[in-house]
Amino acid sequence: MPDYLRPTALDDALAALGSRRLTVLAGGTDFYPARVGKPLDEPVLDITALESLRAIEKRADHWRIPALATWSDIVRADLPPWFDGLKLAALEIGGRQVQNAGTLCGNLCNASPAADGVPVLLSLGAEVELASHERRETMPLAAFIRGNRETAIAPDQLMLAVRVPRPAAERARGHFLKLGARRYLVISIVMAAAALEAGADGRIVRAAVAVGACSPVARRLPALEEALLGRACDESLGEAVTDAHVAPLAPLDDARGSAAYRLDAARTLTARTLAELGSMI
Amino acid sequence: MSGNGPCAASAGATAFTVNGREVAVAAPPLRRLADALRDDLGLTGTKVGCNAGDCGACTVLLDGEQVCSCMVSLAQARGRHVTTVEGLAANGRLNRLQRAFLRHGAAQCGACTPGMLIAATELLRASPRPRPAEVMDGLGGVLCRCTGYRKIVAAVLDAAGDGPLPLAAPPAGAAVGARMPKPDGMPKLTGAERYGADTVPADALWLRIVRSPHDSARVTLGDLEAVAAARPGVERVLTAADVPYNRVGIYPDLRDQPVLAEGVVRYRGDPVAALVGTRQAVTAVRDEDLPIRYEPLPPVRGLDEARTPGAPLVHDETEGNKLIEGGVERGDAQEALADCAVTAQGRFETAFVEHAYIEPEAGWARRVGDRVELFVSTQTPVMNRDSTAEVLGLAPTQVRIVPSACGGGFGGKLDVSVQPLTALAAWLTAKPVACVYERPESMMASPKRHPTAIEARFGCDSDGRLQAVAFDATFDTGAYASWGPTVASRVPIHASGPYAVPHVSARGRAFYTNGPPAGAFRGFGVPQAAIAHEALMDDLADGLGMDRLEMRLKNAIRVGDATATGQVLEASAGLAPCLEALAARWQRALEDATQTNRQDGPLRRGAGIGCMWYGIGNTALSNPSSMRVALDREGRLTLYNGAVDIGQGSTTILAQICADALGVAADRIAQVIGDTDWTEDAGKTSASRQTFVSGKAAALAGAALRAAILREANAGDGARIELAGGRVTVRDGARRTEIDLGRLEADAAGVVLEGTGRFDPPTTALDASGQGTPYATYAFGAQIAVVDVDTELGTVTPVRIHAAHDVGRAINPTQVEGQIEGGIAQGIGLALMEEYLPGRTENLHDYLIPTIGDVPEIEVIIVEDPEPLGPFGAKGVGEPGLVPTAPAILGAIRHATGVRVTRVPALPHRLRRALRERGTGR
Repeated sequence: MPDYLRPTALDDALAALGSRRLTVLAGGTDFYPARVGKPLDEPVLDITALESLRAIEKRADHWRIPALATWSDIVRADLPPWFDGLKLAALEIGGRQVQNAGTLCGNLCNASPAADGVPVLLSLGAEVELASHERRETMPLAAFIRGNRETAIAPDQLMLAVRVPRPAAERARGHFLKLGARRYLVISIVMAAAALEAGADGRIVRAAVAVGACSPVARRLPALEEALLGRACDESLGEAVTDAHVAPLAPLDDARGSAAYRLDAARTLTARTLAELGSMI
Repeated sequence: MSGNGPCAASAGATAFTVNGREVAVAAPPLRRLADALRDDLGLTGTKVGCNAGDCGACTVLLDGEQVCSCMVSLAQARGRHVTTVEGLAANGRLNRLQRAFLRHGAAQCGACTPGMLIAATELLRASPRPRPAEVMDGLGGVLCRCTGYRKIVAAVLDAAGDGPLPLAAPPAGAAVGARMPKPDGMPKLTGAERYGADTVPADALWLRIVRSPHDSARVTLGDLEAVAAARPGVERVLTAADVPYNRVGIYPDLRDQPVLAEGVVRYRGDPVAALVGTRQAVTAVRDEDLPIRYEPLPPVRGLDEARTPGAPLVHDETEGNKLIEGGVERGDAQEALADCAVTAQGRFETAFVEHAYIEPEAGWARRVGDRVELFVSTQTPVMNRDSTAEVLGLAPTQVRIVPSACGGGFGGKLDVSVQPLTALAAWLTAKPVACVYERPESMMASPKRHPTAIEARFGCDSDGRLQAVAFDATFDTGAYASWGPTVASRVPIHASGPYAVPHVSARGRAFYTNGPPAGAFRGFGVPQAAIAHEALMDDLADGLGMDRLEMRLKNAIRVGDATATGQVLEASAGLAPCLEALAARWQRALEDATQTNRQDGPLRRGAGIGCMWYGIGNTALSNPSSMRVALDREGRLTLYNGAVDIGQGSTTILAQICADALGVAADRIAQVIGDTDWTEDAGKTSASRQTFVSGKAAALAGAALRAAILREANAGDGARIELAGGRVTVRDGARRTEIDLGRLEADAAGVVLEGTGRFDPPTTALDASGQGTPYATYAFGAQIAVVDVDTELGTVTPVRIHAAHDVGRAINPTQVEGQIEGGIAQGIGLALMEEYLPGRTENLHDYLIPTIGDVPEIEVIIVEDPEPLGPFGAKGVGEPGLVPTAPAILGAIRHATGVRVTRVPALPHRLRRALRERGTGR
């Protein structure tokens, strides 16, 4: 019988990862679907008994969402409006079953171009904590995901947590919209996420906008972010979006939508995200 | 609780609690919890629909939270509390939620029901009186393909409110027309129901079919026996050489589908070989490691390629790839069109559509002496029996089909799937052999709705009276004929829509391609045809400046009118009353759209209307049904009912009909269903025929038994029959006669009196011009759809649907509503999201069917224009609900935006492009 390790101590988990090739299993919502009709015969490190990796924590300069935090945990967590986009993304994933089992960190490690967690976290400037038996490191999410299902994680590393830095401004809020061809259980055609910080005068001092499912990895839109700076927060923010802003995206044609459509929808969704966020912040 | 008992706690076993009971499972820790529950604990109430978290059928509570048990490892359950559907009913009594499901008819086939109940249980614990939106959010992770979800939502809302609907069976003589709960509802709600994969013996061998990864290829098999020899647990590898008669197919002259490939494969999924062995062993063999060599050939993709001169031939003997051509000619359509004041024409295209029943194909076979028995999920036991016997080279009497509960069919379980190979393997090995398709295999291998290209022209006079229809449909029947000829013959008959048209020229042609076999799917091509005829009716109405409903009402076919086949309708032509019932709602829908669209913005509201008709039963072919109801000496009544219930409710309907014909309460009648050793041939569950055909046979059987009882008592027609123990009391006015059944002569089964009934709808063959009486009766209906179109994104949100259907007589209004609502959900899918692409959408996350959030409020209006031939006036309603939905939605999109959609599904990117081209979208 192949190995099935389910340690309760992080050190044991990391030691195991350092000693041999193991597939990490947490919520199972990507692991099992990839193995339909196939034998379940690979060595597995099940991390779900690592209780220290469960609770979402507020720290001095960031929030920490650890590896076992599920989408439902995020929805239930007492988090400021900065996380509203992340909560919306969590509620749009799969059905409740997937939200109850699937983890945010697993979503990042799976690195699908349509991963619902990625655009929001990019807009929040998130970092990921990686650990091996020897060392720990933190890297920006943008550096962690390298391509379609490609990440910077080494075989001996475990993602311990996502860190979301606290925004500098008092007025800070995130938002997220997802477009799919049905109401529930849908893989995104396009996603847009935005996080804005406003000064005391109500003008934008920091803006981050990201679009998912329109390139191998979700992308920020720097030219748009630049254009938003200094604007008043209201629903006119949507009008700031131009075709040139979404030009860096490189969507694919597939069964869910043509490339041209995705680009067009990305612009619309981004504009709506900003308009709604502008009127809420 | 049923099946195997709990394993004793042992070292290495995983211990947890199921439904309050401590269990320990000694199995690999990575095993899916769903499999551990089903296979190790015998809790088969939890269903496996996809093994990928896409369908939610396997939903259980884990420490109170709903999860897909197919994505939880056994090890992760350690020390935790699992609740399955078997844990809901306490002490054999349904809980409030389950009772609400029963009252509302929220379970049809029942395959999604355990998942729905569990998801609702989580919701109701957190929110005992939820709002509808919360119900949708809570149950959004469970797919249902039968009900259209509305009755499920209603049941969950009512579970909180404890609504008033009746639970008990109606008294004698009052069954027809009553909202009687399903007699098979209880097991569907407790998890006790047994589907195709639920009774596999622990010692059964498993059979896995190796399928072609190519659309078209030459295939050479190496030494497959060496594979078996080299792998412990693999007992045999079956190839074409092992199959006595290596062909299956629907029509006796069209057995064109090899059970296992003979040198060529013709679609992605074509069976090449079958591995037989332990489940673990046959799963562990990777297809790539087998000595099977494919030389890919250029495939024929789509109708245009199939018809191109010089195109490769899918079957060498079929020139031009043309499977069949049929048509109907009445009057002179071309000449009449030239004289029409207004004409409209168009070309319309549809895609492959997948049935996506929640229960994938499953069953198992065993050899019993010189016979073989199959327990299998099917829509057509007798055809299965005959086909399996033919493949094995046995007499039909040597094969017994025992239908399992069927977790959805919709036409897809009319072809054989696991039957021939499991039977063959059981025959050869003398061991039980099971085969259960995984979802991708089910999607790859099962037949699809025919992609259809229709070119049609409709013309009317200046008053809006239809004069002529010219209609040409081509169907992509994929690699094998399956039910292609049925579609090609049914569609021309229905091409002119439910209207009186003096001149009709309609053709249908089916072509082979290297796509998946296209077969039977709810409506047999008529839903595709309706997209064309309803778009053209809208065109004509617009051309005349006439209201769209008015245009249809003016042309509605009525009693005394002739159809395109020259059949004069003698009764029960209820389109006009359906339209009249909708007229006020139509005006409100139009006003609603006008009001809503006064607001600026990207959302545009529109209203559309679609009409349908549908010939009940086989087209111009005999399709009899025989029923038998028997009274034994203990006073037990049993209906020997060969009609399998695929969720649509024939078990309930036939009990109601038989009960009223006999004059007893419906709950007095037990049933034996579909077992080919015990029941007569009732024909297949398709073509909306079981209520009409088998219902009539059940009525005749019930009446015959009643007559026999009354004869025995020497009583008159109006007498009342009461059963108590081994006695029958007959009250005829003041006279009371007791029959002591024990004193009557009994047969070997203890039966003392019986009634049989047989009904074959009166039809005729069609002549060379397609003239004749292809159906004994027709169903009619009309639907209004109100939708919102997001013109910036090209998305369509149905807001409301009103559906009026003439069913002759609603034997059970709850079930009639359920059929219509379920059909509407599939119509929404056809219109907006469903498109099967081989190799790309072979799962339920890339192939999208409507979820609970995609089906809007539905109002069903039942119209009863009685059919004199039918039982108590009833016709059929299995397919009609689906037919007008897509046309109504497309009409509503057009009303909202001006875009005339001619290709379905109207995916967002397609609609957005059309909007931009029209300048409607910004």
